[in-house]
Amino acid sequence: MHMEVMSVTEPLFRLAPGVVFLPVAGILLNLLLGERWSEKVVGWIASLATVGAFGVAVALAVGLSRHPEGAVVPLLTWIHIGDFRVDWAFRVDTLSVVMMLVVAGVGALIHIYSIGYMHEDVRHNGDPRRFRRFFVFLNLFIAAMMILVSANNFLMLFVGWEGVGLCSYLLIGFWFEKGAGGIGNALAAKKAFVVNRIGDFGLLIALFLIFVNFGSLDFDAVFGQASHLAQVAPGVLTAITLFMLLGVTGKSAQIPLYVWLPDAMAGPTPVSALIHAATMVTAGVYLVARSQALYLEVPLAQSTVTWVGGLTALLAATIALGQYDIKRVLAYSTISQLGFMVAAVGMGAAVAGMFHLVTHAFFKALLFLSAGSVILGMERGHEAGHHHQVELDPQDMRYMGGLRQRMPLTFWVYLIGALALAGVAPLAGFFSKDEILAAANLKFPAVFGILLFSALLTALYMGRQLALVFFGSPRSEAAEKATESAPIVTAPLVVLAGLSVVGGLINAPGIYALEHWLEHTLHTVEAIPFQWTIAASSLAVALIGLGLAWWLYGQRPLPSPRETDPLARLLDGVYHALERKWWVDEIYHALFVRPYQVLAQGLAQAVDLGVIDGIVNGVGQLARQIALWWRKWQNGYVRSYALTFVVGVVLIVAYLLLR
Amino acid sequence: MLQDYLPLFVILVVGFAVALIAVLLGMLFGPRRPTPRKAAPYESGIVPYGPGRRRMSIRFYLVAVLFILFDVEVVFVIFWAAAARQLGWLGFLAMLVFLIVLEVAHVYAWKKGALEWD
Amino acid sequence: MSLSDLMMVLPIAFTLVWALVLLLIDLWLPRERQGILALLTALGLAVALGLDLAQSGRSGSAFRDMVVLDNFAVFLNALYLISGLIALALGYDYLKRMEMERGEFYALLLFSIAGMMLLTQANHLILVFLALEFLSIPLYVLAGFARPRLESEEAALKYFLLGAFSSAFVLYGIALVFGATANASLTGVIEAVRSGSAEVGFLTAGAVMLLVGFGFKVAAVPFHEWAPDVYQGSPTPVTGFMAVATKAAGFAVLMRIFLNLFPGLATSLTPIFWGIAALTMIVGNLLALAQSNIKRLLAYSSIANAGYLLMAFVPYGNAQVAGQAISSMLFYLLAYGLTTFGAWAVVVALEQAEGRGLTLEDYAGLGPKYPWLGVTMLIFMLSLTGVPLTLGFWGKFFLFRTAVAAGYVDLAIIGLLTSVISAYYYLRIVVIMYMRAGEPRVRRDGWLNLVAIGTAAAVVLLSVVPVQMLELTARAVLHLP
Repeated sequence: MHMEVMSVTEPLFRLAPGVVFLPVAGILLNLLLGERWSEKVVGWIASLATVGAFGVAVALAVGLSRHPEGAVVPLLTWIHIGDFRVDWAFRVDTLSVVMMLVVAGVGALIHIYSIGYMHEDVRHNGDPRRFRRFFVFLNLFIAAMMILVSANNFLMLFVGWEGVGLCSYLLIGFWFEKGAGGIGNALAAKKAFVVNRIGDFGLLIALFLIFVNFGSLDFDAVFGQASHLAQVAPGVLTAITLFMLLGVTGKSAQIPLYVWLPDAMAGPTPVSALIHAATMVTAGVYLVARSQALYLEVPLAQSTVTWVGGLTALLAATIALGQYDIKRVLAYSTISQLGFMVAAVGMGAAVAGMFHLVTHAFFKALLFLSAGSVILGMERGHEAGHHHQVELDPQDMRYMGGLRQRMPLTFWVYLIGALALAGVAPLAGFFSKDEILAAANLKFPAVFGILLFSALLTALYMGRQLALVFFGSPRSEAAEKATESAPIVTAPLVVLAGLSVVGGLINAPGIYALEHWLEHTLHTVEAIPFQWTIAASSLAVALIGLGLAWWLYGQRPLPSPRETDPLARLLDGVYHALERKWWVDEIYHALFVRPYQVLAQGLAQAVDLGVIDGIVNGVGQLARQIALWWRKWQNGYVRSYALTFVVGVVLIVAYLLLR
Repeated sequence: MLQDYLPLFVILVVGFAVALIAVLLGMLFGPRRPTPRKAAPYESGIVPYGPGRRRMSIRFYLVAVLFILFDVEVVFVIFWAAAARQLGWLGFLAMLVFLIVLEVAHVYAWKKGALEWD
Repeated sequence: MSLSDLMMVLPIAFTLVWALVLLLIDLWLPRERQGILALLTALGLAVALGLDLAQSGRSGSAFRDMVVLDNFAVFLNALYLISGLIALALGYDYLKRMEMERGEFYALLLFSIAGMMLLTQANHLILVFLALEFLSIPLYVLAGFARPRLESEEAALKYFLLGAFSSAFVLYGIALVFGATANASLTGVIEAVRSGSAEVGFLTAGAVMLLVGFGFKVAAVPFHEWAPDVYQGSPTPVTGFMAVATKAAGFAVLMRIFLNLFPGLATSLTPIFWGIAALTMIVGNLLALAQSNIKRLLAYSSIANAGYLLMAFVPYGNAQVAGQAISSMLFYLLAYGLTTFGAWAVVVALEQAEGRGLTLEDYAGLGPKYPWLGVTMLIFMLSLTGVPLTLGFWGKFFLFRTAVAAGYVDLAIIGLLTSVISAYYYLRIVVIMYMRAGEPRVRRDGWLNLVAIGTAAAVVLLSVVPVQMLELTARAVLHLP
């Protein structure tokens, strides 16, 4: 193997391949042997594989604290054709290890939670045999994400990128025969896949451009030449960054490709938590943070990214106000928060973006898993009730209410998550959001205004959700009979709640641990000074939003599921637009999907069936005819075989003589 | 060098020519009035009887093959024996290997019953 | 002769002695204890393989230049020995249930392998002929091993008659080369060609006759017609062995003799190779389309694959690509060998007594009912088609690359088009396996499963590291005297 010998100074770095291969080992064990094992064994093997990956990530972090410059741990040469060469090596630096810690840490908690959750879910959906499949997919997801974040070049990153895309498809469509009309979930999975393909197409073009212009796909080689290319061919670099942005909008659910994420909650709730919090959607943020060297050279790309993030944050926050599905609110909230992160990395405040990514992973995982606990509680209440033959949507907040008394633990952790998301000091979300706002105030004042307003809406919709779900009195029998979930479900919630409380400390003003940590990788870290005015206004906005929610929903709780939403009375027609998500799906359908379908139909009927198939079938027929005709020579007589033989010899000799 | 082969080539051509001419002349000038008697196989004057394809016992072949095998062996041994002194111990060793291999075949044939008529 | 001479041919000598010992053991072994023989054969093959691999890196000649040793021979010898092991695994249960377990099977297999190894190491034309017969005659017998099944006897007789016919051509070629150079040792012939004392006309004629003879062994069109009949009639494990090992041996001797002796004749011979390669690819693939018997189909597939291999050999006289041609051909032989043996393992699993279970229709429903077997067969068919993520893809890729590098884009295009045709009949098997309902009857046998799953895993996993594999084969260079 022709890997140049790189001295990996820190022995702990040698463990790096473990972040991918431990989950892979989990997959293989469960796949090959899991058939006879009980659910507990299967679930714990998958969980331990992820916990092991987390352990490796911790070891790498310890190693980095000693050798902060990091290392590249070679594994093998994957492709080597002429000048084109791609190695599979593991990049260990502060940025990638932060991602590994988040992915494996939050992922491990979600795994453990899933043991309890899926136990009930597979029974509720009537196919217990899919338990094992779920955990195999989950481990695959972690492995793919780890390939993505540990990549040392764009192609391996793309492998992981596609890997998480595939896993999201598999997991969103996990109950592929369920959903609206029996194909709802399958459609959601397909939508996620197709929308992501559009983004991937952008990323692929960016990769081609990078290879053509830099002659390499290795991070160091590309970033090292970035400033040179910016001078020689600024247009090309702009194209690269903007095409890359298209990929980011697909994977990280930004305008215009965010539409898949709300539908993605068709998957089981732990999957939503995994996609929204730890893996998948953070990939885009990570890619921009990783490619800072490119973006910093192109101001146009920077401002485009920032504006895309800011507008996404606002748009998604408004839509979240009009949703009744507990998970759908959280989904739009994720899009909105991703907008914050993308805006941050776009304006060059990569540390703030990564900081928000980490804290968001904590509280969004917490919120989704708690929502799962709520849904399970509602399902149990529904089964226990008298009307359990009647279909009930256990995710519709209008049928909830008063769950505070019935599910106290879930309530408290949910409260912590919601306050952290709303940005109430001193919870985790406050610090990270504040840092983004401070950076925006310095660089993009207009975006600052948008983000501040989005923060207000964030507090409002979270307050609305808290009020609808936990306060007031139960609005259905299911909510009345709901019960608290089992310890294996709630234990990870408590851990995540703890992290959501103290998570902000890793980069709180005065500590700035994350900033010093990432300095070693992101060489252009600019310290954003802490500003009391920004912090105060951010906190004020959060409190105003929560207060508004209390005034609208808390004071006079919704009496019955059919009642009009108080906010709808206030906003009237606008609220209807929020409810319908600004008709974006419909517009996309009319603008892109329909014309595409018509075109495809036309091509399929006239061109494909008529011309292409005609040619193909004709050639096939011809080949068959020749074959049948030629078969006559193969008549089974040795004498005729020998004759053919001799004819061949005679022809060769004749050729030589007549030449 | 090629000239050395000229006589060979001449013989080849003449041989082909004679055979071809004989057959062609016969075909051209000979009268053709076949009768069953005439079309029958020529058996050196004896009247042919029964079908031409008769089954022979496989034992004949076996014995013939074994005979040839050990006959050829003797040919090799004779040549070796003629030069045994010059070839020395190495030659003796080589001959021994050859004979052992052959003996394995002999034992095999024996044990399988190839040497018994019934 | 000295001990060091013997060391050069140690794997061959060991295999031969082991075969003789097995022959004797069989005589005194009770009929029901024949399983021991199979294990002993496997042991012998494994030891020979070890001896062979221990020789890697060494090169030289022995027995007064009669044989040579080089990495090329070490690589191919390993291929034959592993083929023997796989054929044993395929036959272990098959011979028993088809009621043809006779001890001679093992000795004949070993004799044939020894012949192949000798052919690969031979450095003298007389030895080439001897080795060719030595590998062929046991195969004639093995082809007829399903006696008293008529098809098997027919296969043996046809193979023998046409094999003898082709041997005559080889012998004639040797005589002509000898006539042209007054030498039969490869070293001597090279010397004569180099000094200009060789008669070019005779030499060319000799080369053509040798080409015809070796073309028969690798089943190149138009010397291929024996292959479908023989492959179909022979016991299936023997067929698999013939398809892989015999073909490899044929290509080995072709490479050694033509690259060493006749690079100067390239202008005359290359067009002939071109025609044969093109014809072999076209005829093999086209006729495979019309087959309904899996053994015949795979027979035509093996003809077609010989065509792909020959394609890379067309520019043999071009010194710049000759090395690339060897390494890509060896790579392809490995890829093809693994894939084909896997496919034959599946065929063996489905074959019933009296030649039933061999039509394509018998594969209906295999995929859903036996997922493992179905998936492995799917992998083999994809690999034979040359779909990426399989070893077969890289094999074809490197062959095509060699042809293109030497300027034979036309051949590469023929290869590509015929590969497209081949997709039809390979994937038809997959379609039948998965899309048609049926109740396939499968013989459960651990050794068969091991071969099928092992080769399938190798076909997929090794395809991840094609460059390393190619480097391995690139080290298997010819020893040039």
